[in-house]
Amino acid sequence: MTMIFGIPLQAFLGQLLIGLINGSFYALLSLGLAVIFGLLRVINFAHGAQYMLGAFAAMLLLQYFGINYWFALILAPVIVGLFGALIERTLLSRLYKLDHLYGLLFTFGLALTIEGTFRYLYGAAGQPYSVPPALAGGTNLGFMFLPIYRGWVVVVSLAACIGTWLLIEKTKLGSYLRAATENPVLVQAFGVNVPMLLTLTYGIGAGLAAFAGVLAAPIYQVSPLMGSNIIIVVFAVVVVGGMGSIMGAILTGYMLGIAEGLTKVFYPEASNIVIFVIMAIVLLIRPAGLFGRDA
Amino acid sequence: MTDLTHSTTSAKRTERSATASMTYAIFLAAGLALLVIAPAFFYPIFLMKLLCFALFACAFNLLLGYTGLLSFGHATFFGGAAYFTAHAVKEWGLTPELGILLGVAGAAILGLVMGFVAIRRQGIYFAMITLALSQMFYFFCLQAEFTQGEDGIQSVPRGHLFGLVDLNQPTNMYYFVLAVFVIGLLIIWRFINSPFGMILKSIRENEARATSLGYSVARYKLGAFVMSAALAGLAGGVKALVFQFATLTDVTWQMSGEVILMTLLGGIGTLIGPIFGAGLVVTLQNYLATSDFPVTIITGVVFMVCVLLFRRGLIGEFYASRLGRKLGFEHR
Repeated sequence: MTMIFGIPLQAFLGQLLIGLINGSFYALLSLGLAVIFGLLRVINFAHGAQYMLGAFAAMLLLQYFGINYWFALILAPVIVGLFGALIERTLLSRLYKLDHLYGLLFTFGLALTIEGTFRYLYGAAGQPYSVPPALAGGTNLGFMFLPIYRGWVVVVSLAACIGTWLLIEKTKLGSYLRAATENPVLVQAFGVNVPMLLTLTYGIGAGLAAFAGVLAAPIYQVSPLMGSNIIIVVFAVVVVGGMGSIMGAILTGYMLGIAEGLTKVFYPEASNIVIFVIMAIVLLIRPAGLFGRDA
Repeated sequence: MTDLTHSTTSAKRTERSATASMTYAIFLAAGLALLVIAPAFFYPIFLMKLLCFALFACAFNLLLGYTGLLSFGHATFFGGAAYFTAHAVKEWGLTPELGILLGVAGAAILGLVMGFVAIRRQGIYFAMITLALSQMFYFFCLQAEFTQGEDGIQSVPRGHLFGLVDLNQPTNMYYFVLAVFVIGLLIIWRFINSPFGMILKSIRENEARATSLGYSVARYKLGAFVMSAALAGLAGGVKALVFQFATLTDVTWQMSGEVILMTLLGGIGTLIGPIFGAGLVVTLQNYLATSDFPVTIITGVVFMVCVLLFRRGLIGEFYASRLGRKLGFEHR
């Protein structure tokens, strides 16, 4: 058997794949956080809850309406996105003039409420959601065994990340978004409906989180607490990457996911905390984050 | 002319704050008297829990209310100190007062480390960094041996205070906790009214100006962070003795959220607001403990309502109300 640094190659590659998958989720979620923060100046604590809502939406759609994975992949983000837009329009938008911390506290309360409600309705235990038949099984790559669904997650989330990046950097809507980030008053003076743009952005961000949630449903179990476990790690990712750049958020997500996976190979005890340690080190060396401009 | 108006307003203000401090003194005396006779009416454990959380919330408010820093990781100091005290008392056989002092020292050191990293960023980033670091501490506690993982440190002996007073007596324990609470509040009160505290307030109001006046803002923030952590540790250490155990619950991010809620609900930046906030939250938890309705739903809704409708909190709104102003209170 091939060994690498005294570790069997297969174990090494297996953890690398897990790291890559976790990294995909980190990237998708931190991307959504960065998009929302860029325009709304709100740190969306409810992002984890929206991720959980996505997974639940997929499961409930299947249970009650028999809607399969493929449609859920589109429908769940739309539902959660609309819900997000509603919250933004009716409640969150009242807080823009205040200190940004209030936005954080509000979305924290929102997250607690959503998670508490789902825990009350469905219990704290996880529920399974099966892999769609088309993506079931695995393939032998010769050097390792790759479950097809996991490969699919990596490819699709990469595509979603690049798609969002293109949307923001290359389209007209994206240029409005970027302009409104720089100077909302001026953009509004040019006749662009900025409040609508804010609602849309929050909706898209929430939808992205839900999309990640649907992708995650067959890998992890669908549980009310799946969001709060991941959101704190994503916060650390965002601090490391700096929220200035979309690409930075994506790259940092993948990098830290892989770092976490590799730690599991070499020093499993530290795998839970390695991302936080990296965050602390980055803060000491480069407080603005790897890709951040000074806030 | 300007001088004249200035002097009259300032005279009015002194007069006003004189009435305010009079009313304040009366309220404080009444509150203290209530706390002294309270064990005759309420379950002592409940009262002690309330006092511990009230002190915790006041310590947290020292940072949020008077320095303007929102820490999302204060559970680390509260729960960490609970572990340290419990371990010192149970495994090393230290007396309760030494155990608590050790807990405070441990919390202060944790505060120094976390503060040193976190003050490199401001505002929202500060909150996220403290949250991430405290999650790291949670995982540490989950895996470290001395915390005994999921079980926690159980059946911690209360022991004899100074080797004399038997704290297993509920009455003795209650008055000990009350004494610690009052001392903690006095320290906070002295701290925020010291020159150091004034500089903290100036940092809260305008950080750039405080810097331009030559104050080393980072050092003051770190000082406030350590102070707040140590006092939170005091509350945590006492709590470990009250309940005779220290568990993972106290180091979770939910606990950090709870203390924010207490402070927000009572009134950020008021000395006594967090006490009321803690009282409300603890009472609510006690009330719901017997039903299967999850507290988090109510906590979450209260959070949102507070942020949307009354950001000054109960006490802050009272100060700003007509009656409050008539009594001579001022609130920003």
